Amino acid sequence: MRDEVRDEVRDDDCQSGLSRHAHSRRNFLMVTASTAVAPTIGRALTAEAAPAPARRIEPREPLGLTLEINSRDHRVVLDARTTLLDALRDHLGLTGSKKGCDHGQCGACTVLVGGRRVLACLTLAASVQGRSVTTIEGLSGAQGELHPMQQAFIDHDAFQCGYCTPGQIMSAIGCVNEGHAESDAAIREYMSGNLCRCGAYPNIVAAVNQAKSSAPI
Amino acid sequence: MRPFLFDAATTPGEAIQAAQGWSGSPESRVHFLAGGTTLIDLMKLDVMRPGHVIDINALGASDLGRIAVGEGGLWMGALVRMAEAAEHPHINRDFPAIAQSLQLAASQQIRNMATLGGNVLQRTRCPYFRDVSYRQCNKRAPGSGCAALDGFNRSHAVLGTSDQCIATYPGDLAQALIALDVVVEIAGPRGVHRIPFADLHREPEDTPEIESVIRPGELLISFFVPAKAWARRSVFLKVRDRESYEFALASAVVALDLDQGVVRDVRIALGGVATVPWRATAAEAALRGKALDDVTKDAAAQAAFADAQAHEHNAFKIELGKRTLRRAIEQAAAMEI
Repeated sequence: MRDEVRDEVRDDDCQSGLSRHAHSRRNFLMVTASTAVAPTIGRALTAEAAPAPARRIEPREPLGLTLEINSRDHRVVLDARTTLLDALRDHLGLTGSKKGCDHGQCGACTVLVGGRRVLACLTLAASVQGRSVTTIEGLSGAQGELHPMQQAFIDHDAFQCGYCTPGQIMSAIGCVNEGHAESDAAIREYMSGNLCRCGAYPNIVAAVNQAKSSAPI
Repeated sequence: MRPFLFDAATTPGEAIQAAQGWSGSPESRVHFLAGGTTLIDLMKLDVMRPGHVIDINALGASDLGRIAVGEGGLWMGALVRMAEAAEHPHINRDFPAIAQSLQLAASQQIRNMATLGGNVLQRTRCPYFRDVSYRQCNKRAPGSGCAALDGFNRSHAVLGTSDQCIATYPGDLAQALIALDVVVEIAGPRGVHRIPFADLHREPEDTPEIESVIRPGELLISFFVPAKAWARRSVFLKVRDRESYEFALASAVVALDLDQGVVRDVRIALGGVATVPWRATAAEAALRGKALDDVTKDAAAQAAFADAQAHEHNAFKIELGKRTLRRAIEQAAAMEI
């Protein structure tokens, strides 16, 4: 894995336009919820109703971000349009997460954010600041020993071309951790967001079954 | 993807305030970003072109990310993720149609990302809407025409269509919410107001580009589901081309209040067949006060699709929709509660 990536960032890039204009708030008119179970959302609904703050007017101005990937902080300067997947692959050199469809349909880009499996291709890098991201590169142990799910995919020949495999493995870890691997049927249903055009599905189910007993994974 | 200003809000008020005063063109207006599973996808396709994106995910740490249960019913914040609501034990027990609609939608990765608020406001999967190489799409480019009318329209709607648009409303959760008489809370610069979920979406008519009554800069913040007698005996049935990870060709929500085989009250909604989440009030009327038998179930199915209008490739949805509704009625009646 590449060493921590550091780039120069201007401080004011790290602040949103909102937080920079927090002084101009006043209370926001709200109607309290009348339903008996409604939480007191009023506390959450205080807002500034003063004139709109001046905004950055150049959308192409890059954002300075700190991304926590595989327990390491990475400082990057990115166009706001950059997805988490492109940030990983093109800016951090972490090419294990794969770009299949780039539209949230194939699951090849699956990573864990805050411990939950999500699609990196439909996640903006700027949206995961302050949240921990785990990619396929973050699974192996300090001595390079494979994660039980990685070993299970090898043991059961759960791939052919291998392109979907990092996404399958990340998704499978999520599947087990969620408690959705109790049966073959549950594994198939809860892994349905990961397509394998080589058709290794029976072997993937077998791999998940093997690895699920090696908790915690 | 076109450039946009990116901001992140930490409270609903901040988000709403940040969305005011934006003077871009209608198509480049402000959009709130939650799960992003619709918005980022459509921005990549150049179908949606916001000039300003406000990330509201941090609002999930407030009450807007919580589910609350009381004697009067169920309150769900708009920032609750689909996966959380799908597995909530109370929702599974007392509002099963809601849980089922979520469990059968999308994939687990998408359910971990997508929020309830974003889910009900997701855009159509009409291929002519999603592909900007088609010049004609009244929803994407008002006044340009509708390529689906004479195109490949197998997936398109048979209820609530107009001569301007036949795009199907794609979601599943919305059918459960419209059937269960849910109330939606919307926050805007002038405060919070509530509307019935049934009033949230707009049929295409002559303005298919306007899909809901939520105005730019307003934020859907919560759903309240009343604990009515029929909510517990409710089912969501989904029929699709694939067993998993696919949009509905036809779906039905049936919520029954049965008294010894007689329908004391009923709520019915249809999905996959209509331009908006579709409440089938005529079908409800055909069942209310009646015993559930083949005659009344058929009458309900006929009533639900009495006004259906098919196009070249989607006539099958009328029969499929009727059978889906019949089966959903039978499943609801057979539930042990």
